[in-house]
Amino acid sequence: MNIYTRRKVVNLFNLTASAVTTLFGLFFLTWLLWVLFQQGLSHVDWNLFILDTPGPGDEVGGLRNALLGSLMLTLVGVLIGAPVGILAGTYLAEFGRYAYLSHAVRFINDVLLSAPSIVIGVFVYEVMVVPMGNFSGWSGAVALSIIVVPVVVRTTEDMMRLVPDTMREAAAALGAPQWRVVTSVVLRAALSGVMTGILLAIARIAGETAPLLFTALNNQFFTLNMDEPMGNLPVMIFNFAMGPYDNWHDLAWAGSLLITLGVLMLNILTRFFLRPKK
Amino acid sequence: MNSAEAMTLSSNESTAARSGIALDVTRAIAGGSSETAPSVRDGVPALAVSERPKIEVKGLDFYYGRFHALHAIEMRIPEKRVTAFIGPSGCGKSTLLRTFNRIYGLYPGQRATGEILLDGRNILDRREDLNRLRARVGMVFQKPTPFPMSIYDNIAYGVRLYERLSRREMDERVEWALRKAALWDEVKDLLKQSGNALSGGQQQRLCIARAIAVKPEVLLLDEPASALDPISTLKIEELVAELKHSYTIAIVTHNMQQAARVSDYTAFMYLGRLVEFNETQTLFTTPGTKQTEDYITGRFG
Ligand SMILES: Nc1ncnc2c1ncn2[C@@H]1O[C@H](COP(=O)(O)OP(=O)(O)OP(=O)(O)O)[C@@H](O)[C@H]1O
Ligand SMILES: [Mg+2]
Repeated sequence: MNIYTRRKVVNLFNLTASAVTTLFGLFFLTWLLWVLFQQGLSHVDWNLFILDTPGPGDEVGGLRNALLGSLMLTLVGVLIGAPVGILAGTYLAEFGRYAYLSHAVRFINDVLLSAPSIVIGVFVYEVMVVPMGNFSGWSGAVALSIIVVPVVVRTTEDMMRLVPDTMREAAAALGAPQWRVVTSVVLRAALSGVMTGILLAIARIAGETAPLLFTALNNQFFTLNMDEPMGNLPVMIFNFAMGPYDNWHDLAWAGSLLITLGVLMLNILTRFFLRPKK
Repeated sequence: MNSAEAMTLSSNESTAARSGIALDVTRAIAGGSSETAPSVRDGVPALAVSERPKIEVKGLDFYYGRFHALHAIEMRIPEKRVTAFIGPSGCGKSTLLRTFNRIYGLYPGQRATGEILLDGRNILDRREDLNRLRARVGMVFQKPTPFPMSIYDNIAYGVRLYERLSRREMDERVEWALRKAALWDEVKDLLKQSGNALSGGQQQRLCIARAIAVKPEVLLLDEPASALDPISTLKIEELVAELKHSYTIAIVTHNMQQAARVSDYTAFMYLGRLVEFNETQTLFTTPGTKQTEDYITGRFG
């Protein structure tokens, strides 16, 4: 076999292998979506958005409290976590790029990035729930924010490092002090990447269950008070899927569909942000 | 002879002893001194009598970490003249240029020793305000680097750092800079568009406009035309010729004709040393060293 034929065979093999594995992944993704739609779609109606979760034996119910709770927890979690993450990421990429401290911070951040989320839940339970004396929306948001921080730190640093040094030199050569170089040139150039990081972080925490089990817990009733336990989709799904009632199961399916579609939307939005603009 | 001169002299002697190159320069220029050749003082090819030095480099050594990139550079860059830097790739032209606005200071491990006097003040001094220095000494890099903002804002960016201009004055300044950089006609209707949407050559002219918009005293151009087509190159050369009435310009180029066309003085560098520095005319017609001659006639580099 001469070298050219050999190369063609290897090429064909690799192409086939990658196509097959892609199809394999896609197969399960479509299957998952198919099941979700099949089981959940018929239960998505207005009641879902205007009624609260039913108690044992209640005939009708919706997901209003869980949906709103999830939204608030996620939003507050991101509002706490994202600024911290952006500032820390900026420090790592710009001000402390060569600092000794940065190596330590990067290492710890990577550890945090892969920390099991239940550990974060237990941690916040210890430092917030126990001293405060009850489960609360705040502690849930803090637990989620701890998941947000390392994701945002990492993407912010990576995206800012993608900005070539020549850009920094060009700005500095005009006499711009470093903080202006960073804020008005580097961060601007990296903005879409940083936004993407935040969206990915949202997508990540939208479905987190474990940290909320120990913090926000759940609430069968509607509340906007973050000092109280708060309803949320993941824990609701967990409880209702395990529960004995058929209408609970239906709601769990509907909730799963909503949460999946939400994450899917976020990912599409991410694509939109990352798209090169003209 | 004062002590500074004595130091200069001794550092030159050591250079000469180390390499023999500087010795050649000295001998060549001292020996072949016609009426036009500048006089030689302390082994440094001096400027013609009437020229006032804007930048004086004294015993400059530069290090990238352990790598010794520039060796005992001595030169005077005259005010309101164009000084060209030529030499084979890797000889230290960019490195030298990057010391004049201390842009190398962005990176740890890069350091310069010796003195660089800008209007008589040592800019290598630790207390030097780098942002002010860089506002006075502008730089255009080899690769175009438009900022991620509109064409207008690209140019206004530097101006806003140090000047408060009214809306109208700023408009005028932007137009002035774009006209100088021979870009106005192409972008006058696209000022709100992103600078990234321009072609490579247009981006480079945008960067030149951006650098001159802040009206620096010195303009450092590191191969500004290497990405440009012949017409834009010509426009840049015209711009350089015009700007030298108000600014001091240092330009790195690989293009001998360009160096000969635009510059008043030329510095030839080789392996991190300044081999020869002279009036452009003299350097190109009667090069003082064999290396210079070989380089400008295209025998190496
Ligand atoms: N960041 C750096 N770190 C280490 N060494 C460097 C760095 N930049 C340049 N050098 C070295 O310093 C020497 C001079 O480089 P410099 O960029 O000044 O050359 P140059 O004359 O501008 O070349 P060219 O014409 O190719 O642009 C080279 O040997 C190069 O390898
Ligand atoms: Mg160079």
